[in-house]
Amino acid sequence: MEYLMNPTPIKKKFITPGVVVLLILALNAMVFLAIRFFFGIGSMTNLDNQHPWGIWIAIDVACGVALAAGGFTSAALGHIIHKEEFKVILRPALITAMLGYTFVAIGVFVDLGRYYFIWHPLIFWNGTSPLFEVGLCVMIYATVLYIEFLPIVTERFIGHVNLKGRLSFLNVPLDAILRFLDRGLSKTMFVFIIAGVVLSTLHQSSLGTLMVIAGPKMHPLWQTPVLPLLFLISAIAVGFPMIIFESLLASRSLGLKPEMKVLSNLGRMVGPLLVIYLAIKIIDMAIRGTYVYLTEINTASVMFMLEVVLGVIIPLRMFFSEKVLNSRLLLFIAASLVVFGVFLNRINNFLVAYTPPYALNKYFPSIGEISVTIGFIAILVLLYRVIVMFFPVISIPDKKLMPKTKYAIRGEEK
Amino acid sequence: MGFQNRRDFFKTSLLLTAGITGISSKKNKAASLDGPSENRMGVLVDTTVCIGCRSCEWACKTTHGLPTKPIDSYLDRSVYDKKRRPDEHALTVVNEYDNPNNPLLPTDVKVQCMHCEEPACVSACIVGAFTKHPEGAVTWDTDKCIGCRYCMVACPFQVPSFEYSKAVQPKIMKCDFCFERTKEGKLPACVEVCPTEALTYGNRNELIEIAKQRIKRQPDKYYNHILGEAEIGGTSWLYLAGQDFGKLDFPKLGRDPAPGVTEAIQHGIFSYFIPPIALFALLGSVMWINRSKNNGEEK
Repeated sequence: MEYLMNPTPIKKKFITPGVVVLLILALNAMVFLAIRFFFGIGSMTNLDNQHPWGIWIAIDVACGVALAAGGFTSAALGHIIHKEEFKVILRPALITAMLGYTFVAIGVFVDLGRYYFIWHPLIFWNGTSPLFEVGLCVMIYATVLYIEFLPIVTERFIGHVNLKGRLSFLNVPLDAILRFLDRGLSKTMFVFIIAGVVLSTLHQSSLGTLMVIAGPKMHPLWQTPVLPLLFLISAIAVGFPMIIFESLLASRSLGLKPEMKVLSNLGRMVGPLLVIYLAIKIIDMAIRGTYVYLTEINTASVMFMLEVVLGVIIPLRMFFSEKVLNSRLLLFIAASLVVFGVFLNRINNFLVAYTPPYALNKYFPSIGEISVTIGFIAILVLLYRVIVMFFPVISIPDKKLMPKTKYAIRGEEK
Repeated sequence: MGFQNRRDFFKTSLLLTAGITGISSKKNKAASLDGPSENRMGVLVDTTVCIGCRSCEWACKTTHGLPTKPIDSYLDRSVYDKKRRPDEHALTVVNEYDNPNNPLLPTDVKVQCMHCEEPACVSACIVGAFTKHPEGAVTWDTDKCIGCRYCMVACPFQVPSFEYSKAVQPKIMKCDFCFERTKEGKLPACVEVCPTEALTYGNRNELIEIAKQRIKRQPDKYYNHILGEAEIGGTSWLYLAGQDFGKLDFPKLGRDPAPGVTEAIQHGIFSYFIPPIALFALLGSVMWINRSKNNGEEK
């Protein structure tokens, strides 16, 4: 078997103007976080007794989980259905999911009133609570993702453990541990891969069940017993667009030529998924008669239309067009629209649709809340950059294995 | 990623299935809730009798150790200019509404946790920090709570409140039906202090009978509805009023218990863990078939 593409650490300068901006955003978040931990959640958020959940739950957690779905959809495609051609996207998708879930956990941690009891769901169980299920699944899945990441670590360090000075005596045992891990993992990895997919389908759908219990407090345009199904399908549908989105962004930022053929083949699967999603949504609306709420013009109906038209219908049409699938720019736009649509859908479900009965004011996130959310995203992007520069994640053509003239798929490395 | 042989695959899958089944039996036990009991207690609030003296607010704060002004200050009726909600500083509040039947006698409505028969908070809480006691009270356990505030999202009456200003050990605050007092045979503080007997503490079934009799005896005085008898599966606290409850800021709720749909979905997905295990097995077989197919082609 011949490897054309080989995961390799990307050699590039770490500090760029973009990185500096991200660092500043991250620092800004730290300032507000300090206020939150010293003076309580009320001191820097716009949350109150009527609006217990804000963007930290809607964006950091709900959007975070949904947009990290590329991890399990790509694992299902690459490892379980075993399509060799998609091998190059597996590691970047895994890293995104791993970082995504890490930040979901941190987002929850920050939002919890008693963050130091975040481990309580492990021992105090409540089977009727969808939040309990989401919590437990996310904890286990995050662990599974780290286990799936381990082979990348062993690959990077086996035969390269080279501690200097006083710690040098650890070199041999560390290398042995890595080799032991590597052997054990290669035998059992399939369990973790399947578990990852099962856990994902469970908590992606249960995230939709979360708001069902709010009953009439949620706008009828979104409140429906099929929410778990809609959440699951939209998560599956956003998985590949998210991979396309970040793959194109990363190759731009790291100066690599994107793997267009793989990406457009990924894109080909998005259209049908969006059709299924839209069909369920429309049938559900027809059965419950909620389309009547679209005849009035208010925040809810406008947000709903934005979500469905921009996030589902337009990209649906785009993903069925060969021209879009083969154009880097158009594919990027189509993928971005789906990502935006799911982002908006989660915000709509958790914030816009939530209309508590005695609210005196509408909830809008405070500067502190926005700063923390943006800061977390900045740190996530920075960590992604660090990892792809340090670990073999992104596949680039391996010159040792590939005659240049025959397989000129990618451009020159800088 | 590594390639296991078939024996490994089989062995590991078996172990995992056994493990998950073990967890599932435990989980299903934890999920069971107590059914309604015959000797469940409640309070009947007759808003047509309430004079809005707010003694109940004072008694509640005193009993629960919340800071309060002296009782004399409660005579000031200017607080009624604004509608208030129970919060972390006051577990119960009284609001005043115009009375269309008699403009000189406004309607005063005491608000607190309704102590639902099938409480959304108990069902929703991630760590099971809420308990519905057989006697009626819904209480909150500070030792379990992690401060996620999902109870506040779930509550159909929007009652639980959260101590947002506390950095450490913020509490979920709501009426606890004076659980400690009633255990000792005392009345809830608000019921005990009420000078006009607008609040009646007693067996919930008997309270419903009393309420029905009052409506029957004075059909002109009462709006023909006992709020809390059937709403969202019933509540321990019951209300009588002289006018439509919608005008008194009660939310419009159906008869189905709030946690009904969610629990149906959850139990559907997790019935004895069969669906997740089945999915695991299905994906495992797909993986096995595709992998051996690929290996065969390569060899």
